[in-house]
Amino acid sequence: MLATSVIMFREVLEAALIIAIVLGTSRGIAGRGRWVVGGIGLGLLGALIVAFLANVASSVFSGNGQSILNATILLSAVAMLTWHNVWMSSHGRKYSSAVTAVGSSVQSGHRPLLALLVITFAAVMREGSEAVLFIWAIATGGEQSLDMLLGGMGGVVAGIMVGLLLYLGLLRIPVRHFFSITSWLILLLSAGLAAQAAGFLNQAGLLPSLGNGVWNTSNILSQTSLIGQLLHILVGYIARPTGIQVVFYIGTFLIILTLMHTCGKKRDKRLKTVKIPS
Amino acid sequence: MRPIFLLPTILACVFSFNGSALATESPPVVLTIHDNRFEPEQLSLPSGIKLKLLIRNLDAIPTEFESFDLSREVIVPGHGEVTIYVGPLESGSYQFFNDFNHEMRGSIVVTPNVK
Repeated sequence: MLATSVIMFREVLEAALIIAIVLGTSRGIAGRGRWVVGGIGLGLLGALIVAFLANVASSVFSGNGQSILNATILLSAVAMLTWHNVWMSSHGRKYSSAVTAVGSSVQSGHRPLLALLVITFAAVMREGSEAVLFIWAIATGGEQSLDMLLGGMGGVVAGIMVGLLLYLGLLRIPVRHFFSITSWLILLLSAGLAAQAAGFLNQAGLLPSLGNGVWNTSNILSQTSLIGQLLHILVGYIARPTGIQVVFYIGTFLIILTLMHTCGKKRDKRLKTVKIPS
Repeated sequence: MRPIFLLPTILACVFSFNGSALATESPPVVLTIHDNRFEPEQLSLPSGIKLKLLIRNLDAIPTEFESFDLSREVIVPGHGEVTIYVGPLESGSYQFFNDFNHEMRGSIVVTPNVK
């Protein structure tokens, strides 16, 4: 029963943390709740479909399909997180004053609401399909299955609780540091997801591994440990990465950072040109 | 500027590697899942070679083949099989396990490839 809850906890944790981060970073944006809930709903639906296909049409899974699907989901999440972050860096600061007033929301033309939906959808579908398959496996497993299902439910609740804690923690960050801290969080999260995607594309034989001896810190901080797993999700920690994962991590990090700076500068220029005539 | 346009660029890069990656094709190494065990539990492979690993699940329930050491993660449906690529690897030991049942584990031992 305990083993089951640990496994379910791990499956739920990644999705819960990602949702906590996008919810935390998008505070003050009107209508975000509906889009995030929509993303969760679609993600669960997608998870059920994937799990169903895995059981019924296992031939769909025999080739590269599964790895490419995972890589695509992860890379779409990275693209959307990038959009979200770049948008926040060019519009976010004007929210700083707005979010301090409790309950106020700001309306704007191109809010990255679709990004919130896609990120949530991606996180829930990826982890959810594994969770559904696991539950299915233990439900058909025999006499102990009720006990194990209860354990699994416990794991789900625990995973959601950790996500909730992170969300509440994010809300406690003082407003003047809020945007710099959350944009760094998203930057590192995105780079980590891109590295995961590189792993899947390499697994599918579509990318070279570029070696596997970059470093090995499994003995110092194993990815099986809770801290190792938390760091893996939040900042993309990999104990024994392949070269291509390091390349994707650094590449994504630099691209997003550059975009954030370029768009942030444009905004500063706009503000200046408005100020001069007055 | 919309970073959404990054995705096609990334994918284009990905697929441009395609040809070179497939050039080193070799016959698959088979790993079987039977009665909640990996068979063999220890796979011996030569270093420096990219291998196709065929994981065949003879059990009715799905397995999630996962390895932090190899950065591999793939679901093997009940009575199904999947193929993934592994390596080229350096000499050493690489652990793998079933993420749905952590008592199911095994390892790949890579020894220097003497030509």
